Amino acid sequence: MSTRGPVATHRSSTGIPAGRLAVWWLLASEIFIFGGLIACFVLFKLNGTPGFEDASETSVVAGAFNTFVLLTSSLTVVLAHAAVERGDREKAFTYIWYTFAAGIVFLMVKVYEYSGKILSGHTITENLFWSFYYTMTGLHALHVIGGMVVMALISFDVRKGYNYQRVELIGLYWHFVDLVWIFLFPLFYIANF
Amino acid sequence: MSEAAAAIHTEDHAEHHEELSFLYKYILPVDHKMIAMQYMFTGLIMAVIGGYFAYVFRMQLAYPGESVPFFGIVGPGEYNMMVTNHGTIMIFWVAMPVLIAAFGNFLIPLMCGCDDMVFPRLNRLSYQIFLVSALVLILSFFVKGGGFGGAWTAYPPLSSVPEFSLTDWGASLWVLAVALEFVSFLLGGINFVTTAMNARAPGMKMLDIPIAVWFIVIAVILFMASVGPLIAGAVMLFMDQRIGTTFFLPSGGGDPLLWEHLFWFFGHPEVYVVLLPTMGIVADIITVFSRKKLFGYRTVLYTAFATGGLSFVVWAHHQFVAGIDPRMANVFVVTTVLISIPIAEMLFSYIATLYGGSIEYTTPMLWALSFLFAFLIGGVTGIYLGASALDVYFHDSYFVLAHFHYTFFPITIIGMFAAITFWFPKMFGRMMNETLGKIHFWGTFIPFNCIFLPLFFLGLAGQHRRIYNYDHFPDLATEELQDIRVFATASLVIMLIFQVIFLYNFFYSMFKGEKAPDNPWKANTLEWTVPSPPPHGNFKTLPTVYRGAYEYSVPGREMDYWPQNMPPDES
Repeated sequence: MSTRGPVATHRSSTGIPAGRLAVWWLLASEIFIFGGLIACFVLFKLNGTPGFEDASETSVVAGAFNTFVLLTSSLTVVLAHAAVERGDREKAFTYIWYTFAAGIVFLMVKVYEYSGKILSGHTITENLFWSFYYTMTGLHALHVIGGMVVMALISFDVRKGYNYQRVELIGLYWHFVDLVWIFLFPLFYIANF
Repeated sequence: MSEAAAAIHTEDHAEHHEELSFLYKYILPVDHKMIAMQYMFTGLIMAVIGGYFAYVFRMQLAYPGESVPFFGIVGPGEYNMMVTNHGTIMIFWVAMPVLIAAFGNFLIPLMCGCDDMVFPRLNRLSYQIFLVSALVLILSFFVKGGGFGGAWTAYPPLSSVPEFSLTDWGASLWVLAVALEFVSFLLGGINFVTTAMNARAPGMKMLDIPIAVWFIVIAVILFMASVGPLIAGAVMLFMDQRIGTTFFLPSGGGDPLLWEHLFWFFGHPEVYVVLLPTMGIVADIITVFSRKKLFGYRTVLYTAFATGGLSFVVWAHHQFVAGIDPRMANVFVVTTVLISIPIAEMLFSYIATLYGGSIEYTTPMLWALSFLFAFLIGGVTGIYLGASALDVYFHDSYFVLAHFHYTFFPITIIGMFAAITFWFPKMFGRMMNETLGKIHFWGTFIPFNCIFLPLFFLGLAGQHRRIYNYDHFPDLATEELQDIRVFATASLVIMLIFQVIFLYNFFYSMFKGEKAPDNPWKANTLEWTVPSPPPHGNFKTLPTVYRGAYEYSVPGREMDYWPQNMPPDES
């Protein structure tokens, strides 16, 4: 653990390390951002807004494959955390990059889906369903990219042997991104009521 | 510990000994006190802009069509832009940065007895994002078409279609600036909450935390829980403006009412986000200057929790006439009236604190007392507006405007002056001039009432609030009504002139004022145990806390105050 920074950073009146506490608060506020969007989407859907039947046009196979990829990446990030707990920093480094690779696969499938939809005329302005589709999956994809950038940055520190706690923190964040997808997948791919 | 970590450890110590360069001390600081100053001065500069806008549009209302000194002829677009940005600036760029960010930054580490925020660099980043947001807002005034003029509530379709708003880029930059400001406060908020939760001095239990810190933390949590849907909404509005989606446009299947729900789901808790810090500041001031224990510390705290919880279920009282289901309006009437109970209880606790105290009428105390008085008027008129039947008549009239300013002026301006005059000795190490402070107090407080009390009557007389020139409406252009408008505007000008005294006092005292002792007000909280101004790292040895923050005039003790860090066996 690093000893950099003020005393305040290393205090723990709650018994939870400051970094973990802060990530939990970050995720709490993220829940409200995605929650707001999901609530808007569900309300429009329940209202029978025209265009929402287009949910049948999204590819369940692509969505299911991406769900599988993200769930697997959650496993590898846990393995990275477990490795770093054992002090096995080479292994942790490898697992972080496995997670990163899963992110790449996820994004490639997204690009494939987006380009296919746009070419068949389903642009963001076509109707509200597609507006929500691109906004929410796009915001989610930005979170995936953000997580990947942070992972790439911390992996080298971990290999050199410091800031181990960051593996756990990026893991928490990555699980959250995964969890958001677990909500988006049924909303945009499966549910067609 | 590995070698690398050890290397960082020594490097860290080396940093402490060398003098920081100007750039790292004042421009890119990580010290919470300097970041607090940055927030405060940015907020004060924005307050000057917001105040100038108020001056220009009030002059236009009093003397329609005439050239306004220091501005010129006010066009309708300019009028709308100034009204909109007056509201936006005063709430997002004055109330929040000064009350929450500046005093939160300054007070939380000092009052909790630690050397800095938990994440100093995150703290610096939140200020920098905040500064960018302010610059984006100012930039929006100068783009083609001028600044956004669709009111600070930005209801679509007016705000989302350039052909309606006539401010193509002004509207988009406005949304962008507000969204950046939210991001800045989310990051800052995480830091505040984590610091108060985790970095308290040993011995400081939950119920030993000063109310000022508690309330800033509760406010930040309310903000984090309410702003998310509006950030989503801001993204949607921005996309409606820029790429032609129709989230809020009925023509494309969207719903403008959805924006109102997203906005007010944030907008109403936001009232308490800015109210609570001022309430906390006032609690600390009135206990110090009545030399009494805070009446019902736990009650005050629980009423804040109740207010925070209820604030999430009152939002639709802003929308009684917007087309929501009238049966739903009934529910919101009940919750709106309910929320007045905890707030009234809090005010009663403060009044009970004053009862029987040895009250000293210092400048900060005058501000704190005037806050209680003015906010009470704001609260009571709010009960009228909370009843949907009355709101149908009052809605969008000057009654609403006067009610709003009787809550937000005390919160923002009075709260800010109370806090600045109280903590000035700690911030700058010098005392402010009491006589000038009192002149400034009366010169602000009397005109404030003269501006807004008459507006209640204008509202009752039916004056609608979104009219740029009442000459175009013969029923509203009568001589009696116009006289009231002139009176309110004249009071505003007088109030603005008195702010010069404050600025003089502020800057003169900063450099030439009498040197302040460590504890000029004989207060208990930890920030008064360190030198004024506190050095880098705040405490020479980090304190241990033995008791709550409000042990004043404890029977059987010689000293009428009992600092939190004084061991029980000393006296």
